[in-house]
Amino acid sequence: MSRIVKIESIVPNMHFLVVEAPEIATRIQPGQFVIVRAEEEGERIPLSIADWNIDEGTITIIFMEVGSSTRALASLKGGDTLPTCVGPLGNPTVIDHYGIVMCVAGCYGIGSIYPVAKKLKEMGNTVFSVFEARSSYLLYWSNKFVSLSQRIFNITRDGSLGMKGHINRLPDIIHGLPKMPDRIIVNGCTYLMARTSEITRDMGIPTIVNLNPIMIDGTGMCGVCRVTVKDQMKFACVDGPEFNGHEVDWKEFLSRRKAYLEEEVLFYRKSESRSAIHEEGKCHS
Amino acid sequence: MSEEKQSKINLNRTDMPKQSPEMRRHNFNEVALGYTEELAMQEASRCLQCKKPSCVTGCPVEIDIPHFISYIVKGDFAGGIKKIKERNCLPAVCGRVCPQESQCESKCVLVKKGGEIAIGRLERFLADWEAAQGKIDLPEKPEPTGKKVAVVGSGPAGITVAGDLILLGHEVTIFEALHKAGGVLTYGIPEFRLPKSIVAREVEYVRMLGVKVFTNFVIGKTRSVDELLKEFDAVFIGTGAGLPWFMNIPGENLNGVYSANEYLTRMNLMQGYQFPLSKTPVKRHTRVGVIGGGNVAMDSARTALRRGAEEVRIIYRRSHAELPARKEESENAEEEGVIFNMLTLPIRYIGNENGWLKAIECLKMELGEPDASGRRRPVEVPDSNFIIELDAAVVAIGNSPNPLVPSTTPGLETKKNGTLIADPETGKTTRDRVWAGGDIVTGAATVILAMGAGRKAARSIHEFLSQ
Repeated sequence: MSRIVKIESIVPNMHFLVVEAPEIATRIQPGQFVIVRAEEEGERIPLSIADWNIDEGTITIIFMEVGSSTRALASLKGGDTLPTCVGPLGNPTVIDHYGIVMCVAGCYGIGSIYPVAKKLKEMGNTVFSVFEARSSYLLYWSNKFVSLSQRIFNITRDGSLGMKGHINRLPDIIHGLPKMPDRIIVNGCTYLMARTSEITRDMGIPTIVNLNPIMIDGTGMCGVCRVTVKDQMKFACVDGPEFNGHEVDWKEFLSRRKAYLEEEVLFYRKSESRSAIHEEGKCHS
Repeated sequence: MSEEKQSKINLNRTDMPKQSPEMRRHNFNEVALGYTEELAMQEASRCLQCKKPSCVTGCPVEIDIPHFISYIVKGDFAGGIKKIKERNCLPAVCGRVCPQESQCESKCVLVKKGGEIAIGRLERFLADWEAAQGKIDLPEKPEPTGKKVAVVGSGPAGITVAGDLILLGHEVTIFEALHKAGGVLTYGIPEFRLPKSIVAREVEYVRMLGVKVFTNFVIGKTRSVDELLKEFDAVFIGTGAGLPWFMNIPGENLNGVYSANEYLTRMNLMQGYQFPLSKTPVKRHTRVGVIGGGNVAMDSARTALRRGAEEVRIIYRRSHAELPARKEESENAEEEGVIFNMLTLPIRYIGNENGWLKAIECLKMELGEPDASGRRRPVEVPDSNFIIELDAAVVAIGNSPNPLVPSTTPGLETKKNGTLIADPETGKTTRDRVWAGGDIVTGAATVILAMGAGRKAARSIHEFLSQ
């Protein structure tokens, strides 16, 4: 049982959650995740970690409300307890001194890439941050990235902040830099990671993605998180969640992520209120 | 044996009442209903009470079988369950899922005449009888030794180690990665074969003995084995099953292709069999193929039937005679209407345009010469390809051991297949003060073998702690 210290909506549909988890806080590293259950009969869902505080023994999660489980989580209040918050799971992001590193993020990924950017900076890298959203009001935490980033680029669909368009504008940003990045790290929805990987493949820039497949145990037992990487079967929970974006079979990955969409709809119809479903990638529709 | 005595021997095993196949294929309630007091006494009275009982030699945890049976004959059920619990802290589980036909019952002197005592059913009867009384007798608390033991994993191996060591006065803490204790008993074996309330009851018993159980705690991640060794005098690793095996054929990542671990975990641990009452989504499939022939395959097939599939088949590359499942389980499956496609080898999954499984391509096999396992090797029949339409496939061909502890514990050596190296007699690993047992050492095996390994390790740990 883990107590919720604070939970609030940070931008529409996106929630900021602080949980008491001292064991996890002392061990977690950038790129890792936890598995959470919001209620006793609840589903186990993997959520990336956005920050932590060892002294206070807390971890911070930014999550997007996309289905019934994240909705149940969002309905909890400070002082409530999570029946499960287990981790840290997965392998940490490999962070070294690369030179110029570009952090590309959208949705919940802006949160989860924050500790990555922080560590990159600590290791002496020059960090460029690229945030993508439908509109400026969906962006958050920019202030936390200011001191870490050489420069922050924003791409918004409606042009309300930064460049107008979506991630397809990434080449314009890259070509505008004095030098090509030595590495790109992408956190966010599948579309963002897949599209970025496509773009950077042609440019020959090593690109690391943090995959977010369906998981149950998250400890290398159930095998639902399997993904094809370089024509080999990998398990995101123990082999990942980070992989070379150029080697991931994105079509398969996207299809596997959507496997339970129908049941989600069924579930929503059964539940009392019928709020809109935010299918993954909707921000790009 | 004199004429007179022989004539007294009753060779008729007392049947255990079961739900009819027509009924049970539509519900998740337990298939076997258990003996009544009368039936149990009737069966117990057939026991010859051998002076040198060979049944005991067939039991990995050495239960004093004739002795507990003698209590049933007298109608002293409290005495009987106490006798079993001297050796086995999970009698309701073992009475249900142990392969007694290849263990204790296979050693019964009456087996040659086909009338071996139904030891498993009697064990189950006593455990259920005790639970029905609503009052559990706890053994006396031993003197505390001041020694602390950490047990990693709360499956059958871990629970046995914990149950044994707590009774010897050591302080025992179990760490479980999932949110419910019980390991494979909870996430793997379905409700209709082992009701989860029974597993919960057995875990509760170990708790009542004084064992601390921490769920949601992943050793290898939340804390390492090395950190445990700083706090505890000994560590037992019983982390069980790991990554599921696949056949490495095209289409395995199509939606609708499950590992048995996933399929059963969704249904059991996450209670998907009650979806949408439970929150973890499960699909309703109409034509399901289960690849493999073991108990896990039977569990998956029978679960699929109960979830409303119209057609469920076992696809197995050898013949009926080689099925590794318990006979009782494959018979139950067959009675319930599972189709058996024997001598059939899947070679390719075929998907539709949306990435969902729609069929499986197979080859016919025939049996050739015996292989290393002593079973006749299946050989492909050339050009025998055929297609079975399916909307779900469950791959139940085994799994590798869980990688988390070995990969995060320096000096803990593994074999090539990933299993931990441990002395088969003591469970000692290559690390000082670290023991291991169950599937993490043997690869996929049975509940009772894991318990047997737990018992041996507990003995060795106790010896070490008593030095």
